[in-house]
Amino acid sequence: MSLNDIQIERYSRQILLPQVGGKGQEKLLAAKVLIIGAGGLGSPVASYLAGAGVGTLGIVDSDTVELCNLHRQMIYSSDDIGKKKAIAAQARLERVNPDIKIVPYVLRLTSENIMEVIKEYDIVVDGSDNFPTRYLVNDACVLAKKTLVFGAFFRYEGQAMVIKPGEGPCLRCMFPEPPPPGLVPSCQEAGVLGALAGVIGLIQATETLKLILGIGEPLIGKFILFDALEMGLTRLDVRRDGNCPVCSEKSTIKGLVDYEEFCGLKSSSLETSL
Amino acid sequence: MEGIRIDQNIDLRGVSCPLNYVRTKLKLEEMEAGKILEILLDDGEPIVNVPRSAKEDGHKILGIEQIDGYFKVLVRKSNSTTGGLE
Repeated sequence: MSLNDIQIERYSRQILLPQVGGKGQEKLLAAKVLIIGAGGLGSPVASYLAGAGVGTLGIVDSDTVELCNLHRQMIYSSDDIGKKKAIAAQARLERVNPDIKIVPYVLRLTSENIMEVIKEYDIVVDGSDNFPTRYLVNDACVLAKKTLVFGAFFRYEGQAMVIKPGEGPCLRCMFPEPPPPGLVPSCQEAGVLGALAGVIGLIQATETLKLILGIGEPLIGKFILFDALEMGLTRLDVRRDGNCPVCSEKSTIKGLVDYEEFCGLKSSSLETSL
Repeated sequence: MEGIRIDQNIDLRGVSCPLNYVRTKLKLEEMEAGKILEILLDDGEPIVNVPRSAKEDGHKILGIEQIDGYFKVLVRKSNSTTGGLE
């Protein structure tokens, strides 16, 4: 693959970077990244990966754009209200960068379909807003040995980590089970500072680009805690749990679990991505 | 600069900064270490910036020669550059 004139100009400020160059740009164009949730996290992740020329971006979201999304989901405009997010995101991203391929998935990920969706991709970025999806995505990525870029936020605080199965801890190494339903208020009830979603999403986008390029130190086994009010960033070293229910040799989870089915959460709260 | 064997050349007259260096960098990436690239550059910013960037990326400037209103620069590709992924 060799870069054409338009690509050279479009990506020039990135090609100039030490450790990127033409070969790095070709890696980006050849990369396939799946973004789960096109909301507060998915918006910045998708925008910056599209801008950087990540060649194939899959976007999973079953929701429609609502007015209350627009304070933090910058990929959408007021005209998009009522449209399916994955489709509206595709339209926006194709205008940002017609050089790449956007694949929308208007569906809810379940234990039945997730393996089929993620198998096409090199890296998975979790931008979901609920524990059943987070655990489903974590387990699926461990089972399929896909690198997962985790991110989450709540009110004024956010978290991020890179999960590389076999090399570092997974979500269950830290938190073996999702919290019981009702214990943690959903984002809808708790509120969130829109700009915080951007900060966490851009940590995820940056980590994804580093992973594709093979540069720097990825956040494997390093859990980022970001506090917007203090503007503080803490990086915790996290180890693999030898008894992890999914990623250890003693794993007890051999298949995928659809938590919502027995958690009894309202489907409306599950289907809204941040 | 007489007697230096030129392996590749690129005419970047009319190409502004920093796109002229982007094209230089991509050309150098395709070449083997130790090979010589001849670059034609405009006066002004290009003749200041492009040789400087090439040096920063670890390449060796062998010579700069002024010809009617433009410059000819010879660069030897380094063995280990920080200019791109290997």
